[in-house]
Amino acid sequence: MLELAIGIILGGCALGAGVAMIAGVGPGIGEGNAVAKACEAIGRQPECKSAVTTTMLMGCAIAETTGLYALVIAILLIFVAPSNFINLLLNALK
Amino acid sequence: MTATAAKPNKLFRAVDVLLLVLAVLPLLAGIVIRILFYPATEGIDISGALIYFTLDTPIGPFPISESQVNSWLVMLTLFWLCLYLTHGITPEGGSRRQHLVEWAVEQVDRLVCENMGEYFAGFAPFIIAMMALSAFSSLLSLLGLHAPTSDINVVGGWALLVFFLITYFKMKCGPLQYLRSFTEPVPLLLPLNLISEVATPVSMAFRHYGNILSGAVISALLGAALTGLSKAILGGLPGILGDIPLLRVGVPAVLSIYFDVFSGLLQAFIFATLTMLYVAGGFPAELYARKKAAKSKKRR
Repeated sequence: MLELAIGIILGGCALGAGVAMIAGVGPGIGEGNAVAKACEAIGRQPECKSAVTTTMLMGCAIAETTGLYALVIAILLIFVAPSNFINLLLNALK
Repeated sequence: MTATAAKPNKLFRAVDVLLLVLAVLPLLAGIVIRILFYPATEGIDISGALIYFTLDTPIGPFPISESQVNSWLVMLTLFWLCLYLTHGITPEGGSRRQHLVEWAVEQVDRLVCENMGEYFAGFAPFIIAMMALSAFSSLLSLLGLHAPTSDINVVGGWALLVFFLITYFKMKCGPLQYLRSFTEPVPLLLPLNLISEVATPVSMAFRHYGNILSGAVISALLGAALTGLSKAILGGLPGILGDIPLLRVGVPAVLSIYFDVFSGLLQAFIFATLTMLYVAGGFPAELYARKKAAKSKKRR
């Protein structure tokens, strides 16, 4: 029984991490849009290349934030949560 | 070059070399400490910062972790490097070093003035210190050390510092004005304003730490995968050749250029830029100027 419970905990954590990383879609689309527009802008005004690139990198890094939230959750679920949950379970069984 | 600037004497040279050695020494010390303390591991090793030892204080146990030690080492390195770079500066200007430092200072001054305005011109040293600390901390992973920025506690501390700065400059027109700013533009938005106030340091800390940590995790995974691959392919080679993970040579360096160098430097720049934007954005400049003008009128 205990093995099953621990298996469910580990599986749930892995599934949760995988589902959390779906959030990576959002920043991907957003950053793709930003880069596309930056390419357009550079094509139209090549002399603004450095300013456009800097602004685009800044914007990309900020747009990435939501993806990084998901990443933090996924990392917590994979490396931190299982041992905590298993300890909780073992303490409850005592 | 003039004749007076061309001949640095022996003492000057000796101090130069001494400062450079002192700047490199903390990094070497970091590597030595890591080799001494690190437990031998096989395969994937993705854990948080190693705790070297725990101090017993009256308040409670105070663990000294790898990220603390490494960030102090980075600070020491930066300190000696700054002394080295500013050593022998003359009003006439001459050495290549001086031009480099002057260029950097001018760039940061310009950046701060552009982003924050004249009132915050004094912020330049703080901004460049933050940038240098963050960049060097992230670059520490190039030496195989644990980057302090991949620990949420370190970056969270910086974000808290920035949060206090933002709040201080928001309170420049008095605490009442600060409290009133939460109910703008309509009082209905009070909870949203409170949430966004708290979200600022949280998102800053998560952004920086998540970027660096994801690079570290991917590098570790790639290293483990390449070790397994070379064991499977080259394991049949005779003698010691089969034991060395040959495929691990060189390949992770390509990823490291992106994850350690590019991402680390970009995050340092972004952290500094966001600090500038938030601090300058929270400051009620118009109201402050009006109040100051009214005060000086009263005095007259």
